[in-house]
Amino acid sequence: MKLKKIFKGIVAALATLLIVSVAATALPTKAHAATNSSSVSAIKKRGTIKIAVFGDLQPYGWVTKSGKRTGYDVYLARQIGKDLGVKVKFVQVNADSRVDALKSNKVDLVLANFTVTPQRKKQVSFAKPYMKVSVGVLSKKSNPITKASQLKGKKVIVTKGTTAEQYFTEHSNGVTLQKYDSKTQQFNALKNGRASALADDNSYLFAWVKKHPTYTVGIKKIGTESEISPAVKKGNKSLLNWTNKEITKLNKKGFFTTDYNKNLKPYFGSDVKPSDIIITNNK
Amino acid sequence: MAHSGINILFEGRNMVRLLGGLWISAKIAAIAIVVGLVLGIVLGALRTLHNPLLRAILRLYLEFFRVIPTVVLLFLFYYILPQNFNINMGAESVATLVFALWFAAEMSDIVRGGIISVSPHQVDSGKAIGLNRLQLYYYVLLPQSIQLMIPATINLVSRVIKTTSLLLLISVMDVINVGQQIIEANGQRYENGSFWVYGFIFILYFILCYPLSLWARHLERKELVNANG
Repeated sequence: MKLKKIFKGIVAALATLLIVSVAATALPTKAHAATNSSSVSAIKKRGTIKIAVFGDLQPYGWVTKSGKRTGYDVYLARQIGKDLGVKVKFVQVNADSRVDALKSNKVDLVLANFTVTPQRKKQVSFAKPYMKVSVGVLSKKSNPITKASQLKGKKVIVTKGTTAEQYFTEHSNGVTLQKYDSKTQQFNALKNGRASALADDNSYLFAWVKKHPTYTVGIKKIGTESEISPAVKKGNKSLLNWTNKEITKLNKKGFFTTDYNKNLKPYFGSDVKPSDIIITNNK
Repeated sequence: MAHSGINILFEGRNMVRLLGGLWISAKIAAIAIVVGLVLGIVLGALRTLHNPLLRAILRLYLEFFRVIPTVVLLFLFYYILPQNFNINMGAESVATLVFALWFAAEMSDIVRGGIISVSPHQVDSGKAIGLNRLQLYYYVLLPQSIQLMIPATINLVSRVIKTTSLLLLISVMDVINVGQQIIEANGQRYENGSFWVYGFIFILYFILCYPLSLWARHLERKELVNANG
């Protein structure tokens, strides 16, 4: 009797799952047929552009104590808003929600330190890069990790959805990953001694180390160098072309050097040069 | 400066921002609870009817929201469904909707449990004096079962309030999200800022939830007195 009930329950659950998944897959054609709500003309008509940024990634996208958003990415976002002649509405995202935010039309443009990878290219469209970056490894100064081979058998902290997570998933070499949801959590975990190292974009670690002198970026570069670009929804040619032109134009004006000096320089140690971070030879 | 990390809470507009974040969390929880309460009572009453199809549908609804973790529900409604159905709701509306549906689902089970625990004699007596079905629910079943439902409902309410801490995952600027911004932006000057910010958030949630749990304990005690004389 009881078994029968359990069986019924399972059948019912499977049936719902089936209904939900069929409903979810049967309708996408409809959505694609809809007009591009993030095209340049649609944004201008709306009068606001929705841009995804980080809220806890100093000095790229963060919030001052008076509640104002600021940082290297945010500075670019405001300039883009100005040049489009529209207001900017910031949507704060975490690393692993950047792709979905675009796909579900929650934002028009992502300027959240989004590193270009082949996997992500399949999901979103990247514009011309405005920064470059590699994965770096952070460890305690008293017990530094300077070679990849030292990581063997150790625990390494990463944030979900970052290039660092991806790198160590593909080249694990005996490394155990500890994954966290936000930047805040990952650094807290390191400070609390949950693992012996933390891997993230080196551009970000340089800044963090300046504030926390007991730690060091022992490995400055692991794997290949990658680029950071604005991203739009796949197929949004209108905004993609506009953003590409915008980046070329801003480069000519030396905008990114200004942005670097204003937003990044004060946060980096003296051993970091502008050419380590920004890309200025975009034609 | 180093020994007074608590100042992180009073820098600039930090306190106002944290309270603003709490207001958003509380607002979403409050609307969801009110909507969920009404919907839950109706659905719970419907679940005691003897219509097998209706019961099966409502049972499925309950299991769907009870089995699937809230994080998954939030992601599903915020990111996945808009991609396929071309519906686009703001983060706060999605959060309110998900929490209301979740609350209604769990509430319907509490109400059903309360109603069926009323002794059948009461129903028979009600029928004997000529009450119709609606009157039976309104005058006999609901009043006698509410006492039983209240402690479980309060428990559910405090669960919903606590679960608002997941909202940062769908870009709602709730109290946790604001707290993380403050920690990161002030990490340089306040090494242990996270302790104070999270500590303060703990107190805020405590202030919201503790009175509820006191109230629940009070009611349970009262019920014991009622039952044992």
